[in-house]
Amino acid sequence: MNIFYLLIGVSLLVALVFLGLFIWAVKSGQYDDYDTPPYRILFDDDTVKENSEQEQKTDQ
Amino acid sequence: MEIQKFYYDNKIVRQFIWATIVWGVVGIIVGLLIALQLAFPVFNLDLSLTSFGRMRPLHTNAIIFAFVGNAIFAGVYYSLQKLLKTRMFNDTLSAINFWGWQLIILLAALSLTLGFTTGKEYAELEWPIDILIAIVWIVFGWNMIGTILVRRVKHIYAAIWWYLATFLGIAMLHVVNSFELPISLFKSYSIYAGAQDAVVQWWYGHNAVAFFLTTPFLGLMYYYLPKAVNRPIYSYKLSIIHFWSLIFLYMWAGPHHLLYQSLPEWAQALGTTFSVMLIAPSWGGMINGFLTLRGAWDKVRDSAALKFFVVALTAYGMATFEGPMMSLKNVNSITHFTDWTIAHVHIAGMGWNGGLTFGMLYWLIPVLFKTKLYSQKLANTHFWIATLAILLYAIPLYWSAVTQWLMWREYTPEGFLAYPNFMETLTQILPMYSIRIIGGTLFLIGFLLMVYNLVKTMTSGVCVANEAAEAPALEKLGPLNPRTETVHRWLERKGIQFSIVAFVVLAIGGAVQIIPMIFIKSNVPTLKTVTPYTPLELAGRDIYIREGCYTCHSQMVRPFRWETDRYGEYSKIGEFVYDHPYQWGSRRTGPDLGRAGNPVGPMYKNTSWHFNHFMDPQKMNEKSIMPKYAWLMVRGIDTSVIPRKIRAMQTLGVPYAEGYDAKALTDMEAQAKKIAEELKTAGIEVKPDREIIAIIAYIHKLGRDISPAAVPAPAATEKSNK
Repeated sequence: MNIFYLLIGVSLLVALVFLGLFIWAVKSGQYDDYDTPPYRILFDDDTVKENSEQEQKTDQ
Repeated sequence: MEIQKFYYDNKIVRQFIWATIVWGVVGIIVGLLIALQLAFPVFNLDLSLTSFGRMRPLHTNAIIFAFVGNAIFAGVYYSLQKLLKTRMFNDTLSAINFWGWQLIILLAALSLTLGFTTGKEYAELEWPIDILIAIVWIVFGWNMIGTILVRRVKHIYAAIWWYLATFLGIAMLHVVNSFELPISLFKSYSIYAGAQDAVVQWWYGHNAVAFFLTTPFLGLMYYYLPKAVNRPIYSYKLSIIHFWSLIFLYMWAGPHHLLYQSLPEWAQALGTTFSVMLIAPSWGGMINGFLTLRGAWDKVRDSAALKFFVVALTAYGMATFEGPMMSLKNVNSITHFTDWTIAHVHIAGMGWNGGLTFGMLYWLIPVLFKTKLYSQKLANTHFWIATLAILLYAIPLYWSAVTQWLMWREYTPEGFLAYPNFMETLTQILPMYSIRIIGGTLFLIGFLLMVYNLVKTMTSGVCVANEAAEAPALEKLGPLNPRTETVHRWLERKGIQFSIVAFVVLAIGGAVQIIPMIFIKSNVPTLKTVTPYTPLELAGRDIYIREGCYTCHSQMVRPFRWETDRYGEYSKIGEFVYDHPYQWGSRRTGPDLGRAGNPVGPMYKNTSWHFNHFMDPQKMNEKSIMPKYAWLMVRGIDTSVIPRKIRAMQTLGVPYAEGYDAKALTDMEAQAKKIAEELKTAGIEVKPDREIIAIIAYIHKLGRDISPAAVPAPAATEKSNK
């Protein structure tokens, strides 16, 4: 059962490291502007009409 | 800015979709077959090729690697191109990925049916296929990272982080868990033994769940759900937090498969602790998915694809709450070795992986074929049938689990086991197995409706194999500029750096658990009385593995009174040091065999009983559901590989005497003859070179060494211990 003392210590340490990382992340603005990427994937305006293989073949 | 023209590769997506559909049907049919076998043993067909022990790994492998695997590739190959606005990096790599993976599946189906197996759950495939998997997997990763490097979009969207973690995680798990020493083209031994093998295997097994069934599907969810509902993902911040925490925490959770078993307490505690912590990132994903639907639930009413996404997220939320609960030791004592685990994985498999795949296909195929779904109504029918099927599958098994557990631990007022005969506890749950068959059948029917619907959709549209598209070229990206971008934003545009950081985060959990298990001696205390297997026992053990006995029988007595009363002394870590691979099992459809060789224990049965039982279990016990193993009487032991097996074991550190491989055959024949003579006195004529002799010898070895009345082991191995 002695292992639990070590485990509790290690867990607390890990938790503190993560808390620190989290505070750093917020303060340094890691979470600023996360609006554009989620929206961008919704726009599929990249395929072109005169495109398909058939069209290509008729071009030749 | 220069506008570049390029072509999306839709053909590869279509190929993977077809493979998903075909293997899905196959995997579910095999699942239905084994469900039938458990309720009605006649469905084993009395053939080695179709017996439960071989079909069960075929089912799990077909569903996980064939059905789900191809669904992952289909989803990734489509969304990766779209998200990065480029064609896949290299068409040849795409083709190798596709055809290589199908070849692996065919080889897997063939080899598992023929009994070529490593005996490690979810990693049963033998070493040549393992190598093939590694190659094809690296081709997949190479193709994906190549695509990231030639992309036209600066930002790497969240879905792709999950794809990268999937590639890295599986590559690491597969390679480390597959270290094995081949003795022939079809047979190898795990280089790890006993508890070490168990900890590596469940680090792999649990994370195959994580990095094959969870992370890629979260990635797919991050792309296909927003697309299908035409709303951005609810919180991008949440996706960052739960990505990093999930990939970090998952790798530690493996030992929760080994609670109360022969594993050091510290490893069990770590497994439990990290499993409980996993609720947070798992639910982060579920919440992010559900809240993406906020304000759009009217669309769910009209779209079967969205309905399936809702089922998937619900099942994911349930399974990822249930999993941590099952990792608590007190709950685990109920759920482990009972049908609870089977119900749990099917909620996840049918609901989360099935639901998400169905939703993705219902949305993607009309988009890919530039048409409308053939029948929204039929798809809705599929949704209702599938949902009902999941309930009819899972609920009976939860019921069965609790029933059987209660019966196992029931005592009479006089202090004896109330159900000392294991068979009673099995007969009680058989009606549940019949209801499960109804659930499975419905799931198959729903799946077939989907196939019809999707084929009709495909024929009504046209899939342009190479679809032209235009996008601006990617501007030159400089180094991290702290004034204009954050560290994570920089990582999000650096595929390689992102992968390196992700790999480090992934590797920590496994390293902390596996390295001490292998290099710190005190973790595996040895027992003086435990001797290596004799050549005959070793041959028998390989037959035990080949027939998949571990799919129904455990070899692990947990330290509960109700287990030690039923089976005998609880299992010790030192008993397993010569077990390459370990065979502790994970479900007790039949009784534990860990003490079957203790001549004064409650589990001991004599030679002739075992013989008759293997030939016809129903003759010995009318209600038994064990398959008949008549071929063990027909097939002779392969003696040509025995010396090689001994040498392989020596290489792995089993202390046979120097040069013992030369004497092994003589010893084997002597021991076999003795068993044949024992059978003769019981009136059974059997040649000593038959496989049945070897497997009986192996079963009589289990637990013998630590029994108080330990029979002296055959001479050769005793000498070697000195």
